[in-house]
Amino acid sequence: MTEERNMNEEFEMDELFCTERPKPVPPPTRKIIRDFYNWAQANSLFILAYGTGCGGIELRPLFTARYDISRFKILPRPTPRQAGLFIISGYLAVKSLKRVIRSYEQMQNPKFVIALGSCTVNGGMYWDSYNTINRLDYYLPVDVYVTGCMPRPESLIAGFDKLKELIMAGKAEGANRYAEKFDWYKANQKKIIKDWDMPEYNW
Amino acid sequence: MKERRISETNPWEPTWCDVPKLDLKSERYVKIWQGPQHPGVTGNMALELTLEGDVVVDCRTHVGYLHRGFEKLMERRRYIQCFPIVCRICVPEPDYNEYLFAAAAEELAGIEIPERGAWIRALVLELTRTAFLTMWLGGQAAAFGLGTIGQWSVAHRDFILDLFEELTGHRIYHMYIIPGGVRHELPEGFAGRVEAVLERIEKIISDIEKVMFHNAVFKARAKGLGYIPPSWVEPYGITGSTARGAGVAIDVRKDNPYLVYDKLDFEKIVGGESDVYERAVLRKEEILMSIRLIRQILKRMPGGPVRAKLPNVFHWRIPAGETYVRAESGRGEMGYYMVSDGTEYPRRVNVRGASYTHAMALLERLALGVSNADIAGLMTSIQTCPPEIER
Amino acid sequence: MKELLERLEDRFTVTESDVERDNLAFITLPSKEVVQAATHLRDIEGFGHLVMISAVDYIERGIFQLTYILHNYDKHSDIGVRTEIDRRNPVMDSIHHLWAAARVYQQELREMFGIDFPGSPRVDEPMILEGWDNIPPMRKDFDTKKYAEETYFPREGRVTYDPARAMEEKNYPLEARVKKRIQKLLREGKDED
Repeated sequence: MTEERNMNEEFEMDELFCTERPKPVPPPTRKIIRDFYNWAQANSLFILAYGTGCGGIELRPLFTARYDISRFKILPRPTPRQAGLFIISGYLAVKSLKRVIRSYEQMQNPKFVIALGSCTVNGGMYWDSYNTINRLDYYLPVDVYVTGCMPRPESLIAGFDKLKELIMAGKAEGANRYAEKFDWYKANQKKIIKDWDMPEYNW
Repeated sequence: MKERRISETNPWEPTWCDVPKLDLKSERYVKIWQGPQHPGVTGNMALELTLEGDVVVDCRTHVGYLHRGFEKLMERRRYIQCFPIVCRICVPEPDYNEYLFAAAAEELAGIEIPERGAWIRALVLELTRTAFLTMWLGGQAAAFGLGTIGQWSVAHRDFILDLFEELTGHRIYHMYIIPGGVRHELPEGFAGRVEAVLERIEKIISDIEKVMFHNAVFKARAKGLGYIPPSWVEPYGITGSTARGAGVAIDVRKDNPYLVYDKLDFEKIVGGESDVYERAVLRKEEILMSIRLIRQILKRMPGGPVRAKLPNVFHWRIPAGETYVRAESGRGEMGYYMVSDGTEYPRRVNVRGASYTHAMALLERLALGVSNADIAGLMTSIQTCPPEIER
Repeated sequence: MKELLERLEDRFTVTESDVERDNLAFITLPSKEVVQAATHLRDIEGFGHLVMISAVDYIERGIFQLTYILHNYDKHSDIGVRTEIDRRNPVMDSIHHLWAAARVYQQELREMFGIDFPGSPRVDEPMILEGWDNIPPMRKDFDTKKYAEETYFPREGRVTYDPARAMEEKNYPLEARVKKRIQKLLREGKDED
């Protein structure tokens, strides 16, 4: 049975993907255009609806009638191609991290990351677990941390406000940081993802 | 009533025997991955589906995206240090983990909890069941495209979370049921506020009944979907309302009464149609029954202390022994197997998640012959909960 | 429960039996007889529900203890069938032909403890871990703290206290200091000898 299941996997993966590395995008030089870009980015945040950990349960009240995040011009989107904001909602198992990296790389610029919960800061409750990462900023560029186990929806809304402030000030440069320190991030990722069977960068 | 889509083959035959050998190179089949994103409220797990046209002919469940190694972490924590991490095993219903861990430790250590403590525990467990099943109804409706019900039910679940916040200080993870009883007394006037919330829930349930269970789309898609024959209950280890939907009357609260359930007045809710629609109706009835139970508990709760005196928990050695305790969670039988070797650390704690076999063995069998669009509804219906599957 | 244990003792070589409470008992059997006993319990005694298969690592005795917990829906009682297998060559007979759900438990035990169940379907496929190249993580000789510190870049500044000592120092600072002094004196006294 397993042999037959593997029979259709003989095509070359590398041919299907563009292998070019990401490049940093410099902000526009004229201040008025730059401010307009930042204003537009801050007011159209589309979340990738991927609940990686227990934080996913607090996203549900956030998207529905009680807290209603669409008041703040924020909406969930089902696919990374349409999303600009990735909420890492909690601890990341290594198996999950692999999918998260792929999803993050498929998102289009400008893109931001909010890390939710203490376990993304330093491991939190699971600091000595063999299967969860301790520091998210070694694998993905994080713009805003929201601490707590687990954070209330209000603190997540405060995190969104903080992110908007950063974007308006032109300081949310996570995607550029990822492109500049690409080799360092990849080395860290490859250290823990033992069976690396995906391309270097998913466009 | 549509014809049953899954033939009633010999239930004792394990799953893989029934799967026909597929010639994947014949270009008749398409293989797609569903997940690890959420299709509904089912959590972070992936299904590897092989489709012929629109129909699933092979299904593999993939879990492990949420594995934190709880059982290993507990082995290097003292009993009292384990207690804050156990509730994180299941996110929608954390209190069952707290109760079962406490009950297993108490049984091994021979600690009797005071009567009022047991009543408050039962109150908390029923409240969390109401909260989970209310949210679940919204998820089941949303899996068939009725998004409004999800908005209602999640918003009303939040009222219960507000009660929990008042009682314990936290919305999701309560850490309220500790070994020896509960952490502290109920706040003043709590019963009145519980009653106000229960009335709101009852009202929204009657609204949901009108727009969900009489909805032509939901009826057409859910009736006949995911039929589980009663003879599958034992081989697949099906428990809880999924088994009761198949007409098998098993309910841990009635069969092996724990806490104060032998003093409460309630009946098992048993169905017979055993499809997605029937299970949704059953769980709606369970919410109403939980509400009745909460009212009974609040009315009959005796006074007295809420916590037994424990030995110094930092040097708490539990005598060597092993035990298994179980409780009826909103998803089915949940159990803790605890082995102590007489030291300050547990030797082994093994968690039987209620949906462990539902999501692994049963789903792979049940998905065969189902349309791809109905998979999300089917997964929701058997209440998969990945954090407790892989711990 | 008593009669059931007596009937089982007549039929199988029960080396040890504990009654934990009036609806839960544990028996220990040689590993060769477990599948027979499970079949007997399922078909004749009515223990039709496989609650869980669990393993405990007794590293100091060089064995794995496997526990099969079965439940009887008519009498509402449980029985735990324990068996011991060698830790260096952990192989156990599969019971996937008795319960379809047993396959999942066996797959998990294979991955987390490295116990082999020959014949169980898909038992060698990874279930939870992906790309794991260390010893199976639930074994006692696997140190999860050391592994996490070496692999996952711990954030500096985290301090771990032993809860017993930390609370003693916080609540009873004087006694703790005296105790520490005495312990130090004792240690130094020993060094001089």
